[in-house]
Amino acid sequence: MSSTSTTSAGMPAAKPLIPLPSPTTLRGLMWQALLAAAVVLLGWWFYNNMLANMAARGLQFGFGFLGRSAGIPIGEAIIPYTPADTYQRALTVGLLNTLRVAVAGIALATILGIALGLARLSSNPLLRALTGGYIEVIRNTPLVLQLVFWHAIILQLPSVRQALNPLPGVFLSQRGLKLPVFLADEALASALLALLAAAILWIGLLRREAARQAATGERRSTLLPGLALLVALPLLSAALVGAPAWDWPELAGFNFQGGVTLSPEFFALLLGLVIYTAAFIAEIVRAGIQSVHKGQWEAARALGLPGGRIMRLVILPQALRVIIPPLTSQYLNLTKNSSLAVVIGYPDLVSVSNTSINQTGQAVEVISIFMAVYLIISLVTSLLMNLYNRAVALKER
Amino acid sequence: MSATLAPAKPAPALPGLAARARDFVKACFNGPLNIAISLACIALLVWLVPPLFRWAVLEATWEGTAQSCRQNAGACWAFIREKFWFSVFGLYPFEERWRPASMLAILVVMVVASTIRRFWNRWLLLGWAIAAPAMWVLMQGGVFGLPYVQTRQWGGLTITGIIAVYGLALGYPLSILLALGRRSKLTLVRWFCTAIIECVRGVPLISLLFMAAIMLPLFLPQGVTVDRLIRVLFAYTLFTAAYMAEVVRGGLQAMPRGQYEAADSLGLTYWQKMRLIILPQALTITIPAQVNTFIGLFKDTTLVVVIGVFDFFTTLRASLGDPNWLGFPTEAYVYAAAVYFVLCYAMSRYSQRLEREFRPGAR
Repeated sequence: MSSTSTTSAGMPAAKPLIPLPSPTTLRGLMWQALLAAAVVLLGWWFYNNMLANMAARGLQFGFGFLGRSAGIPIGEAIIPYTPADTYQRALTVGLLNTLRVAVAGIALATILGIALGLARLSSNPLLRALTGGYIEVIRNTPLVLQLVFWHAIILQLPSVRQALNPLPGVFLSQRGLKLPVFLADEALASALLALLAAAILWIGLLRREAARQAATGERRSTLLPGLALLVALPLLSAALVGAPAWDWPELAGFNFQGGVTLSPEFFALLLGLVIYTAAFIAEIVRAGIQSVHKGQWEAARALGLPGGRIMRLVILPQALRVIIPPLTSQYLNLTKNSSLAVVIGYPDLVSVSNTSINQTGQAVEVISIFMAVYLIISLVTSLLMNLYNRAVALKER
Repeated sequence: MSATLAPAKPAPALPGLAARARDFVKACFNGPLNIAISLACIALLVWLVPPLFRWAVLEATWEGTAQSCRQNAGACWAFIREKFWFSVFGLYPFEERWRPASMLAILVVMVVASTIRRFWNRWLLLGWAIAAPAMWVLMQGGVFGLPYVQTRQWGGLTITGIIAVYGLALGYPLSILLALGRRSKLTLVRWFCTAIIECVRGVPLISLLFMAAIMLPLFLPQGVTVDRLIRVLFAYTLFTAAYMAEVVRGGLQAMPRGQYEAADSLGLTYWQKMRLIILPQALTITIPAQVNTFIGLFKDTTLVVVIGVFDFFTTLRASLGDPNWLGFPTEAYVYAAAVYFVLCYAMSRYSQRLEREFRPGAR
């Protein structure tokens, strides 16, 4: 926008030695300088006040307290933890608990959300109405309320001895949810490797068939050989190394033996987050599929594509473009909402941080730590989703 | 009504109730897949609805004490009757309850007036500018002969209303500034606004509330204390502003470039251009999105539970600890959910109606 660009054409622009900024630019510079000065002054003022306030309470600013013994009892931890461990360890346990519920929640909410979104588009009006009712009720009530509700419901379940047993090996009681798991041994590792190998082979098969179709125009389904691989390789592994053993929960005395336990808090939090987020994902999926123009369906049908392939090759790639960005923000919301764990007593990052603040008084440090952690999680998630988004985005020339 | 008028065209006959029911049933049972789905849905309903109905209506206790509730198997709505006024007013002094009651009345009148498009003019803004401080004065007192009531004693639905209204009233203008700043040509201004928006949106609201409740007092000079409710409002306003700013930015980006260029060619200054040309259009087209965002923000007022401000939800939750009424959390949560649902559902229907009206070519 500088005035030098308006010199008459043809002449080599006679620039002044020192380009003078226009009044608008000057005013802009002045505003920016004012803003910078205000931010710096305010920050400096806050910092000094904070130091004085902390000194008055006998505290020193710094992260040295992280190395001290925390003495916080934490009910569930993925890594070994005792109250004698340091604050750093306690906060790490909290972070891992946050990540555990967030990852499980995102996976389950995506599956449930897609199912609900497709049900919302079903040709069956009864199913449509039921799904619509679910979505409206869940979306229009606060999440905290739903979390405490599920928590209260779980605590009102029968005691361990009268645990509900909806499926073999699955027990639901006021102590949470008991599930059978595979024992982590060589047999399980071998079976998982076999599954992975089968998947890789299937992908290879798909590639070969795609190349073949490109060359000859002939198309063969890889469904049967693929499924055969998926079944045969793990069976082979079971025959060679032995089948992976189940760790089956059994009622022994007053408690269960074996299996894996989801505590009432974790279970309530996961349930609440999944049910809540799935309702939002369902609406996103529905809107995404509806955003694809009707002509696309008609054109695909006119080409003679069968229903499943219309969805996979024509509709989904276009719908995903609309779906991915809001889906990303739902994943981020779920992760941030998992901090509501503090209300029902699940030891997530915020919950552990809160206890740490009460014990040490180092509020600024602890709050900065967990805010930074959430910011990093948010930024990394949106980065990954943006990369994926770029992969599915419309490629224009 | 004159005979010279041509006979009105017969209106397209609305399908009768019976016909619509017939279509519904037909659509449910055409083809084996649909029959299977319908049967599964019906099984689900049969499994869920009768026990719920028995619990909520047939075997429920509508009045009496906790004792009579425990004798019946169903829900204890007597508990809700007992705690109803507490859930609206919280611990506000009993003989002063007319004040929060009139505050809620003002709030309802203003909200209803704001939903009517005919009233969307500067008088409405003026009305809010008068009503919002009036609501606060009414609640706090200390002037006009009204006894002073600490914010600590405010509670229930009144506080939920106060947080939502003040958060929006203070956050909305701030959000416009943030959105404009994020699209500013001045690098530092753009960085500053982007940083604020992204930092606030990147962390959970409860961490902002913790910050306001615990960290903010440390940042102020010694001896300076700020009322806790004000600190909560500060966090909530910041949160509202950051989320609304992204909606407003969407509107600004949706404006065709020609609008900006036309304003420039008229020789308008930046602020004239924004105030007269760009913002009126950008804000109007994003009103449905703003209402949707506000529904989310309104639901988030419940998060003040983490720092012990007694909003509607927290008040109800506190009443669970009443030793005379132990053991009825489900009833309390169902009641709270019903109240939030009615309010949010009304807002979302309103936003859908606006969306239909604003769609190009709707009229």
